[in-house]
Amino acid sequence: MKILLVIVGMALVTYIPRLLPALFLDRIKFPVWFKKWLQSIPYAALGALIFPGVLLVEKDQPLLGLAGGLMAFLLALLNLHITLVMAGSILIVILLQYIFV
Amino acid sequence: MEFKPQTSVSKSRSHLLQGIQAGLPIFLGYFPIAIAFGALAVQAQFNWTEAVLMSLIVFAGASQFVGVSMFLAGAGAAQIIIATFFLNMRHLIMSLAVNDQMRKFTVGWKGFLSFFITDETFALLTLGGGEGQSEPRTPTYMAGLMITSYLGWVSGTAVGGLGAGFIPAEITTAMTVGLYGLFIGLLVPPARKSISFAVIALCSMILNWVLGLIVDTGWAIVLATIVAAGLGIILIKEDV
Repeated sequence: MKILLVIVGMALVTYIPRLLPALFLDRIKFPVWFKKWLQSIPYAALGALIFPGVLLVEKDQPLLGLAGGLMAFLLALLNLHITLVMAGSILIVILLQYIFV
Repeated sequence: MEFKPQTSVSKSRSHLLQGIQAGLPIFLGYFPIAIAFGALAVQAQFNWTEAVLMSLIVFAGASQFVGVSMFLAGAGAAQIIIATFFLNMRHLIMSLAVNDQMRKFTVGWKGFLSFFITDETFALLTLGGGEGQSEPRTPTYMAGLMITSYLGWVSGTAVGGLGAGFIPAEITTAMTVGLYGLFIGLLVPPARKSISFAVIALCSMILNWVLGLIVDTGWAIVLATIVAAGLGIILIKEDV
């Protein structure tokens, strides 16, 4: 019973923040500065999601996450497709784990 | 294959397929992590149905791991729900950016699609598909992308809940790095073309790191995003 309550409660508090902009965003006429802020959100959010989180994928071994992140960075600089960027970062981490563990 | 003028039905079908294709990297990234979640939930005395139900109606990786871990540690329902709420405040900011792209959709579509906003679907929808390969921002395209991601999460949970923890921890770590690879791979190309966006992203990283020493991770991400995106007000010159 407690588990069901937790699940339904979590579902509600997860959906509400996702839903609010869908209901209200186009009701308001936003000034130019707000649109610039809105346009910048993806870059700011991705920056915050990447660092320092990438160092913590394996708590005791920040270098492992760093290696995966750097590999992704290099492959992304080569303009490779997103799937290859992901695959490269996964492979380097598997390889390093295989070598050092 | 017959050649005929594209009707709106065949057009929306092709948008759906494009969306599914665009969502596949997220499907593959979510699947093994969801297996780990399913296994953890079962260890925390959730039965299989409850574990899958949680992924079906919550669909938020970090929150679900935190929720189940707190449950395991004996936290009360209210504590878990409140913690999840604050952890999810970043989705409010992300949903603003995603809904900005859905202004022309009906409110029904917007409400439906907004359910599927995660860090990863947000990243792909706002920064995916660099220039030259303009991806359609139609309801069917977005639905294809989001539901594909969703199925990766739900099906992974279902598998993990069955055979508790048969994926080695090393693989889960590697796949988590893969999701960071997704973020980095999406961020680098546009940041390379615009110094403003690169500066915003770098400032956000530093800000998030510093804030993370003071407040908890969820709030650090929210605050860093709000403040660093504010730099765009100064840095972006052209009218938008």
